[in-house]
Amino acid sequence: MPLPRLLAWLLLLPSALLLGLVFLLPLGWFLGNALGELGSGSEILSEALAIAGSRAMQRSMLVTGEISLATTLCCLAIGYPLAFALTRAKGLMFRLVIASVLLPYFTSVIVRTYAWMVLLGRTGVVNNALQAIGVTQGPLSLLYNRGSVILGMTYVLLPYMVLTLFSAMRSVDMRLLQAAAGMGASGARIFLRVFLPLTLHGVIAGSLLVFILAIGFFITPALMGAPEDMMVGMLIERQVEQANNWPVAAVMSLVLLAVTMVVYAVYSRFADIRRANPA
Amino acid sequence: MTAGAVALERVSKRFGGVAAVEDLSIAVAPGEFFTILGPSGSGKSTTLSMIAGFEVPDSGRILLGGQDMTRAAPRARGLGMVFQNYAIFPHLDVFENVAFPLRARGQKDVTARVMEALATVRLQGMERRYGRQLSGGQQQRVALARAIVARSAIVLMDEPLGALDKNLRYHMQTEIADIQRRLGMTVIFVTHDQEEAMNLSDRIAIMEGGRMIQAGAPREVYERPVNAFVARFLGESNLIAGVAEGAALRRADGTYLAAANVGTPGAASLFVRPEKVRLGAGSENSLSGRVLRSSFLGTLIRTEIDVGGDQVMTVDATNGPGMQALVPGAAAIVSWAAADSRLLAA
Repeated sequence: MPLPRLLAWLLLLPSALLLGLVFLLPLGWFLGNALGELGSGSEILSEALAIAGSRAMQRSMLVTGEISLATTLCCLAIGYPLAFALTRAKGLMFRLVIASVLLPYFTSVIVRTYAWMVLLGRTGVVNNALQAIGVTQGPLSLLYNRGSVILGMTYVLLPYMVLTLFSAMRSVDMRLLQAAAGMGASGARIFLRVFLPLTLHGVIAGSLLVFILAIGFFITPALMGAPEDMMVGMLIERQVEQANNWPVAAVMSLVLLAVTMVVYAVYSRFADIRRANPA
Repeated sequence: MTAGAVALERVSKRFGGVAAVEDLSIAVAPGEFFTILGPSGSGKSTTLSMIAGFEVPDSGRILLGGQDMTRAAPRARGLGMVFQNYAIFPHLDVFENVAFPLRARGQKDVTARVMEALATVRLQGMERRYGRQLSGGQQQRVALARAIVARSAIVLMDEPLGALDKNLRYHMQTEIADIQRRLGMTVIFVTHDQEEAMNLSDRIAIMEGGRMIQAGAPREVYERPVNAFVARFLGESNLIAGVAEGAALRRADGTYLAAANVGTPGAASLFVRPEKVRLGAGSENSLSGRVLRSSFLGTLIRTEIDVGGDQVMTVDATNGPGMQALVPGAAAIVSWAAADSRLLAA
């Protein structure tokens, strides 16, 4: 039953206030001050376009896009079978798998990223083990490349994918799969023609969610990435911390925000929460 | 043609120590409309699942068209199926739903055959609709078209009419019976609705507690039930308690009532259908008492009469010209023929 309009607004008020005070207000203040330094009106616009079109920004956007896309695909490849296994698991098995998905989710990103560094460093667990059993002579460089960033980000973002897919898969009527088998369909056909189409909205929603989160990533690429793979978040941090150039950071933030909003607009079309529980 | 033959030989299935189906043997002839009737938990759905291949029996054999299919995968069995709640794929339109069994089996002439099946169930023009855009009766027709489109010799139907209202249900029964006769397919139909079972079936098997209690033509199981469960399950019945002595029942007060069969010596019930009993004397068996209540049921007038010894007799009379209902408390005599009553072991 829909809530009375007034009550609905009252219930929204606390979160709207929080969002306004700690997000929108500082953001507006930062953008206003930073862009103000550029001058006024048309000066701001031409400066902003120049920054957004600069070689560093273009390169960073491309790197960010590539890493985010690769991370999203990795999350999907690992998350889809995992979410499916969750829909079939029962009792202790279910609790173990859901715990191993959720527990890292409750741990700080920094801790999880450092854990990977301990594993993958030159004197890390993996390198030591490989040398001890004689597979490699010297240490391999497993860190500070694009692969390690994608690995680290996939690990951090996997729960979002798994939980989105799990909710989509759980709403699939399992009797439809049985019916398909009864009508002569092979396992592959049941998956491709029935299960996958019925969970596709979850695939799209989960992928967009992971992609949105990935393009704004900072800690993992900063700690585990190659120096030449500068993601937009790192570029912004560098403008503020090293170059002390707030206007440039503001313009870059706006570009990132715009891209995020566009992807979010697509996401909100596919992740209709009312669809999670079809009537 | 033996393609449509279905045989279950001493099939048993347990779930976690509880017997769902026990020592069940059924032989269905090609082209037969065979109904499995029973209350929920009687094992009828498990039986259908084993025929479809969704469950594997613990023991016994299942033969389809003469071939042992006990452990074959569902897709290897080539059956048509109508599922409970229809199982219409929500992401496919009517055409693709009906085409699904054809495409799954790699068959040709998909368009022509889908159109033919849709014509058979009178759903032409609905090809591009989706399940949620259809009424309950139309969804039922889609499910039916999907079951017959691959021209399977055997079609299984699991409570296919359970979700429809009463009028539509009767209408669809007639259509299903027509299509079954026209296509000459074997239908195994599961329901808990006894009227539906009697209207449709060549034979009915009545199940209870995982066992088959009786199988036979509708009229046979209705008029000659083998026990009190079958008598009560298939409509209204009068069951008079007493002791069997030859072809008669001795009541507690020492009076005798005659039956058509010789009962097993010991405690027994004399069974007679309410419509075989009439108000007034005149037949071999008669009892007298007082009217408890009279119910007007449209085409029927049902009278309940207390004949003493905790026994109430139900009498159904067809409503006709000048028919009057009896007033509660009035004295009444009921009588019926020995030929219409049977002794059942208590």
